[in-house]
Amino acid sequence: MDTPLPTATIQLSGRLDAQTVPVLWTDALNTLARNPGAPMVFEASGIAYCDGAGLAMLLDLRRRPRAAGAEVRIQNLPAAVQTLLDQFKIADYAAITPPAAVPQKLPEQVGRISFSIWQDLLAMVAFTGESTAAFARLLIRPAAVRWRTVLILAEQAGVDAVPIVALLSWLLGVILAFQSAMPMKVFGAELYVANLLGLSILRELGPLMTAIILAGRTGAAFAAEIGTMKVNEEVDALTTMGLDPVRFLVLPRLLAAVAVTPLLVVFSDLISLAGGAMVMAALDIPATTFVNQIINSVQIKDFLSGLFKSVVFALLIAGTGCLRGLQTRTGASSVGRATTSAVVTSITWIVIADGLFAVIFYHLGI
Amino acid sequence: MTTADPIIIRVEEFTAGYDGNVLLNRLAFEVRRGEVFVILGGSGCGKSTLLKHMIGLYQPMAGRIRFGDDDIVQANDLTRQAILRRFGVMYQSGALFGSMSLLENVRLPLEEFTGLDDDARDLVALMKLDLVGLRPFAHHTPAEVSGGMQKRAGIARAMALDPEILFLDEPSAGLDPVTAAELDLLILRLARNLGMTFVIVTHELASIFAIASRVIMLDKRTKGIVAEGDPKQLRDHSDNPWVRQFFNRRTEAS
Repeated sequence: MDTPLPTATIQLSGRLDAQTVPVLWTDALNTLARNPGAPMVFEASGIAYCDGAGLAMLLDLRRRPRAAGAEVRIQNLPAAVQTLLDQFKIADYAAITPPAAVPQKLPEQVGRISFSIWQDLLAMVAFTGESTAAFARLLIRPAAVRWRTVLILAEQAGVDAVPIVALLSWLLGVILAFQSAMPMKVFGAELYVANLLGLSILRELGPLMTAIILAGRTGAAFAAEIGTMKVNEEVDALTTMGLDPVRFLVLPRLLAAVAVTPLLVVFSDLISLAGGAMVMAALDIPATTFVNQIINSVQIKDFLSGLFKSVVFALLIAGTGCLRGLQTRTGASSVGRATTSAVVTSITWIVIADGLFAVIFYHLGI
Repeated sequence: MTTADPIIIRVEEFTAGYDGNVLLNRLAFEVRRGEVFVILGGSGCGKSTLLKHMIGLYQPMAGRIRFGDDDIVQANDLTRQAILRRFGVMYQSGALFGSMSLLENVRLPLEEFTGLDDDARDLVALMKLDLVGLRPFAHHTPAEVSGGMQKRAGIARAMALDPEILFLDEPSAGLDPVTAAELDLLILRLARNLGMTFVIVTHELASIFAIASRVIMLDKRTKGIVAEGDPKQLRDHSDNPWVRQFFNRRTEAS
């Protein structure tokens, strides 16, 4: 046992490149592992070419911890390769695993998440304040707003959204009418589908459907556009030119959204009811009967409350989109996160607001 | 580098431009192995356009760009992939992937194109970062390091697969003189130690005099090469007054 094991010599020759090295590397490490107590010599005079992967292997063979007297030696390395290898210090490569992230305990995670939600709420309050202030200044000096931008944005958010709003609203009207007509027909009450449709679409589904489309289409676009401007330092440029980003970027978007959303909701209501009318016509209830039934069952306040809600939804969607855009940090992935967050946050707010409206309207008797 | 070194890139009858407007007309030049070859010229003369054609991002109106026997303009997908493997590119802003650490950026090509296992890839990538002096920053994201570091990381990523040729677009633009000089040293060291060929677009005079073994100078008036050769020779002995002005940093009036 005391006599040292004979030195093992391994021949390295030919090309050490990314194609040949993977197999060679594994073999060499296995050989080292099988002979833990023996000194190892790699005879390298036959190496014709050595690239970065080859160098990494040569470095790796020597950096592995070995028992005393069982060191790894690389001999007769061609001078050119030796020069390349000399650029690296083995000591620098003792451990290259990244510092492992310390896993957070549950209370810490809950605390951090709560704190970030709290911070986010504060940011939203501050943003609401800034936007309101900008809006107040607009009332004093309407010319300060770039109305041309508002019109362009209104076209993108409103007119361009007409096809998708029409498609979804029509589908909603058809499905709602058909699904409710089937059971009501059993009682001979299919005429009352008109009451159901009129009330649910005008009060709830029209505004809600439009708002969700707007959040996915326009809110996301606002966040992505402002976020990219933030990444490109365009927002910083505005600030240093003395132009308030809220007045310059946010206000036009809020105004455009508020201007077009109620119009889109009216459009959505009409298309939904038309879809319903189509189904009813197929069930032998003529359109005139359907329309009369709606007029008799629905009050103007139902329609107006839907419109009022849509204005609030518009502010929530456009505001959230702009806020998330302005909160973008650096890099392409940050823009993606801002856009995702804009959609998720605005839909959450839409649901909360809709619930609040239901309670408020109930108590006010609307 | 001597004229005896083999030609590694040969550009012939190269014409390019945008929307039917010719920007570069019938260019011809070659790059030899081991050279630090610099493309220079005034703003808007088509330096970056030429570079983007050489790396196959754009299709020229006419001409050939040969890497050895293969023409990147006419190449089919397979040949094209083979040509792409022969060079690395550092883009003006680094073009690092922001969601990955510097190490992951350098490791990405190794993951895609080699059979190395995870530990081996990490080691190769870390050694590349070491070459550009960024080993201590391997686990930082690009946003956490300075602009000069991002450029150096861009070079490390371009070198990941040990290409024969490195294309650098404006390597010293936006860097302070000391950092720019460090980058010059790095380029010289890589050229000397690894025998790499560099094709560099720049108009930093200090950098050109420090590193270039040969330059070509483009001019937007002639849409072609107005000067070719050693930068110091051109500065002192060119018979073209505009070339002398450029190298001596003077305006026409002075």
